[in-house]
Amino acid sequence: MTWDEMFPLLRQGTIETLQMTLWSTLFTALGGVLLGVVLVVTDRDGLLPLAPVNKLVGLVVNVGRAVPFIILLMALIPVTTAMVGTSIGTTAAIPPLTIAAIPFYARLVETSLREVEPGTIAAALALGASRRQIVVKVLLREAWPGIVAGLTVTVIALIGYSAMAGAIGGGGLGDLAKRYGYQRFETGMMLVIVVLLVVLVALVQMLGDHLARRLSHR
Amino acid sequence: MIQIEKLRKAYKARGRTVTAVDGVDLTVDAGTVHGVLGRSGAGKSTLLRCVNLLERPDSGRVVVDGRDLLALPGGELRRARQRIGMIHQHFGLLSSRTVAGNVAFPLEVMGVPRAERAARVAELLDLVGLTEHARAHPARISGGQKQRVGIARALAGRPNVLLSDEATSALDPETTASILELLRDLNRRLGLTILLITHEMDVVRRICDAASVMRDGRFTESGPVRDLLLRPGSELARGLFPLPPPDPRPGTTLVDVTFEGDGADRPFVSALARTHDIDVNIVGGSVEEAGGTRIGRLRIELPGDPSANAAPLEFLRSSGLVVEVRS
Repeated sequence: MTWDEMFPLLRQGTIETLQMTLWSTLFTALGGVLLGVVLVVTDRDGLLPLAPVNKLVGLVVNVGRAVPFIILLMALIPVTTAMVGTSIGTTAAIPPLTIAAIPFYARLVETSLREVEPGTIAAALALGASRRQIVVKVLLREAWPGIVAGLTVTVIALIGYSAMAGAIGGGGLGDLAKRYGYQRFETGMMLVIVVLLVVLVALVQMLGDHLARRLSHR
Repeated sequence: MIQIEKLRKAYKARGRTVTAVDGVDLTVDAGTVHGVLGRSGAGKSTLLRCVNLLERPDSGRVVVDGRDLLALPGGELRRARQRIGMIHQHFGLLSSRTVAGNVAFPLEVMGVPRAERAARVAELLDLVGLTEHARAHPARISGGQKQRVGIARALAGRPNVLLSDEATSALDPETTASILELLRDLNRRLGLTILLITHEMDVVRRICDAASVMRDGRFTESGPVRDLLLRPGSELARGLFPLPPPDPRPGTTLVDVTFEGDGADRPFVSALARTHDIDVNIVGGSVEEAGGTRIGRLRIELPGDPSANAAPLEFLRSSGLVVEVRS
């Protein structure tokens, strides 16, 4: 394949990969932070101990983390069809990507939130802060650098997952790599895709590190 | 200002029940500084956290500024807490906020409008002498400065009561002295009632009007510092006056004599020697400023067994001195 043949394919593939990654990152960020907060707040020593909720969310998160993504992808086809009306294409990749990434990110958020000094929370309680104020102004704000760093890791995992989703019908660079690099032995194409992915991951990591560092005042 | 009655709080730790506070009664008068002295594990931290209900006691009553806190519903309890300042051993500052932002935090919690907030923050930072560090983050300032931020933050809601949880225990001696001075100053200028817990005798000596000694969840003694120091057998006095454990020689009487204020100037040792014609040997002693007065303790040795010294001991007692025979 010549470069002129590869270029439009690569451009389209990159756009699709970015679309899958960005949308699933957005939903994962919202869902992961929410579940992470629920896990910490409803814990036995949390602000609002609710054992049943904590156990249920913990179970859902653990199950989500236990199932390999490639299996989740196929198992979720009915769910995906119900949500977006189709089981192939970039849009169809977003629900399974999000559902796979939320438990992963929720645990990272949970870990960051647990690192907030208990003394800081006690001090805020002593000042008369409500639970909602503590979650927003203390827990999330203090853990923000860690939450951002966790999102960086998650985005990188999502780029990897999106290639898998692409290979079974989601489009993007994973699909290109399978169809051209693997099935047609286009080594050049494969090489370019690998380089593109490495650059993409490196950029995300740099951006994430930079943000986390700027946010941290420790 | 603070009344605690029959307070009890137990924990379950690994199947065992530990009674941290075991029936404590405490009254802190308005405008005074009361210290609770005890070793770690004595239950003093739990006691303090029960005063603003960071811990809910199992039983008892907690009345602060005329309000029975255990009877308050959630929202009112939060408003009551805004009027009870608290400072902490490890400061409890928000690392993500600047010094000014930390002091503004309680004002945000109370819903004070932004413009008013800025003015009040400036006023509070001035009060604790941190105006020039307003824009620094806590990681960039010293321990003493962090505790000053903690104090400014605690005073934001114009509380009548300040609770201090080992506020100087993480600080070096000089910084401790300056923080204690600041607390004493706030107590005098604002009429702030302070309840503090500490394991440092020096804190009690420097700023407390009254004190309690806590052990295994109970007070072993409690009262004005002056009274405690003059009371025979007082643990507080034993801790404050650095005398070694008594080691009496046979055939002698070892006596600890405690005196207050001008008693320090009265020559009771020479008077004793003269009137009873005995040799008085001074073993040790010290004079301390505490509880707003000067109190001294002298360890003297008299010849002969205690039974032979009834008259000299009576002489000391009748001179208005507190006498403890240690042999």
